[in-house]
Amino acid sequence: MSTILSLQNLIKTFGGLMAVAGVSFDVEDHSIVGLIGPNGAGKTTVFNLITGNYRPDSGTVIFARRGITNMPTHKIVQLGIARTFQTIRLFQEMSVLENVLSGCHCRMRAGLFASMFHTPGQRKEERLAVQRAMRELAFVGLDEQYTNLAKNLSYGNQRLLEIARALATEPSFLILDEPAGGMNTQETQDLMGLIRAIRSRGITVLLIEHDMHLVMEVCEKLVVLEYGAVIAEGGPEEIKTNPQVIKAYLGAEDD
Amino acid sequence: MMELTQQRYFSLVSGAVFFAFMAALPLILSNIGLDGDGRYHIGVLNDIGLYALLGLSLNIILGDAGLFSMGHGAFYAMGAYTTAMLNTKFAIPILYTLPLAGCVAAFFAFLVTMPILRLRGDYLLVVTIGIVEIVRIVLTNDVGGATGGANGIANIARPEIFGYRIITPTQFFYLIWGFVAVTVVVFYALNHSRFGRALNYVKQDELAAAGNGIDTYRYKLMAFVLGAFWAGMAGTLYASKMKFISPEAFSFSESVLLFAIVILGGAGSIPGVILGAFMLIGLPELFRELADARMMFFGLAMVLMMIFRPQGFLPTRRRRYHAKQEVGKFSCAAGSLCPLDNPVFTLDSHVPEQDLPLFDGPRPLRDTELDEKA
Ligand SMILES: Nc1ncnc2c1ncn2[C@@H]1O[C@H](COP(=O)(O)OP(=O)(O)OP(=O)(O)O)[C@@H](O)[C@H]1O
Ligand SMILES: [Mg+2]
Repeated sequence: MSTILSLQNLIKTFGGLMAVAGVSFDVEDHSIVGLIGPNGAGKTTVFNLITGNYRPDSGTVIFARRGITNMPTHKIVQLGIARTFQTIRLFQEMSVLENVLSGCHCRMRAGLFASMFHTPGQRKEERLAVQRAMRELAFVGLDEQYTNLAKNLSYGNQRLLEIARALATEPSFLILDEPAGGMNTQETQDLMGLIRAIRSRGITVLLIEHDMHLVMEVCEKLVVLEYGAVIAEGGPEEIKTNPQVIKAYLGAEDD
Repeated sequence: MMELTQQRYFSLVSGAVFFAFMAALPLILSNIGLDGDGRYHIGVLNDIGLYALLGLSLNIILGDAGLFSMGHGAFYAMGAYTTAMLNTKFAIPILYTLPLAGCVAAFFAFLVTMPILRLRGDYLLVVTIGIVEIVRIVLTNDVGGATGGANGIANIARPEIFGYRIITPTQFFYLIWGFVAVTVVVFYALNHSRFGRALNYVKQDELAAAGNGIDTYRYKLMAFVLGAFWAGMAGTLYASKMKFISPEAFSFSESVLLFAIVILGGAGSIPGVILGAFMLIGLPELFRELADARMMFFGLAMVLMMIFRPQGFLPTRRRRYHAKQEVGKFSCAAGSLCPLDNPVFTLDSHVPEQDLPLFDGPRPLRDTELDEKA
């Protein structure tokens, strides 16, 4: 096992608020890691720092032995980090298939002229991209809905579509921000199978989740955040009995 | 072979019918006993064609990429003046100036939009208004001494194609509408490609687009550069049709008119923009006695449209794909549908490398292909 992602002393402040106050942790290749903590602990901000949506005030992000700290988001995606959003951000007015095709985009190469004149290479690439997108849709169980508009899907299916879209970028590292948010028990159960299946494709998964059952069941390692700092790190059993973690959660009266 | 979805078949047929009708129109107009053999009507159709071209080029920016630009006239002016100056000062034939006019307009767009693309929609709108005003004022004041100031540039030559000079309105009709036809084909293809989709992703949700690997800044810049290139070429046609150009033709209200053509016709829709040009340029001519009230008519039409049909008269149609045969072909991994004791996805269940020539992007392919059921 080797480290695929390493966060080193990340700091991010918004005005006077230090949302992320010196966070460091490593993620092993092919593992499923959970990032948990009370509301407002800074979890989503950590994700945004990894994916380049925010620039850290200081600290570094190392992915697959490359420093990606100040890289633009689309380059980070090309390097193999994909993500979903806590508040669903699909292309609502576009079809399910086209949403997933947006993920394929960064692995396609047709330029302006090939696109204008539909060269044979462009057409072939396009055909293969549709196939690839349909595979990812089938993977999450949405292939039959490919012509629907994204906005017409149920909440749970919209979350799945976001995952399919992220997978279409061919990531080696997938970041999920509250994937079970708004899902019912059955859907959450299905999601757990899906997350495991994603890992078995060789993709490392880092997820934020408030559903403790899911987190404890699926993750091999947990990182607990409170007030922007890591207060505990370890396996699910370890975390469950950690007094500091229990205090943080009881103090926040959450879960 | 080109595969045709039903939708593409429909577009192809309706497009062919429309342009065939347009091609026959001069013949029809000259044989139904109009005054002057329909020369005036052809002239109006030529104007409509030019505005359709400009509208289609603005549509890439405003309709497809959702970038609020109310300064399209600036690029049009750049093209027209490039042609006028090259032709009158250096006697370069009009047709040779066509790509040059496009390039000058595109380069200008590149320079002026580069620093402003990160602005939010409404701010971008204000800045583009500033750009078109600056261009007009620079032209009017003859900065650099080559634009002829308010008098403009006269004695621009007629285009010549293979020794055949384009002079009469009917000849210009075929030149302009031929150019529209080519533009429609090229822009339709562009819309049904990775490029066209990327513009739409940027329009719908820039953050999500970037988060899925799309270089949003680059696509916004490309939209402006391409739209300006086409507007510049339309400027060439305009200059050689009029033989004379002056800054008045590129005023702010022209840019507003183009904006209205795109929004009213249907932002992002090629037939919509052409219809928009017919309505906003053609209708006022049909009701000549009302022509003074034209601006009021626009205003009212805009208000009513935005209330009752905000997507425009002929809104964009969703792209369709050949994907039906892929449904049910691959297995699902989500929960109950995929028994976990019999996982479908294992590291060695990948598809052989030669099946995947496509996605060899910046990173070597990983063997993460999914297993096929069938
Ligand atoms: N763009 C921003 N501007 C200002 N403050 C922000 C911004 N983003 C986050 N914050 C603040 O930073 C803190 C951490 O927010 P963050 O979204 O990372 O929390 P979280 O752990 O994801 O919480 P939740 O579980 O509710 O999603 C919060 O106090 C939040 O208000
Ligand atoms: Mg959050």
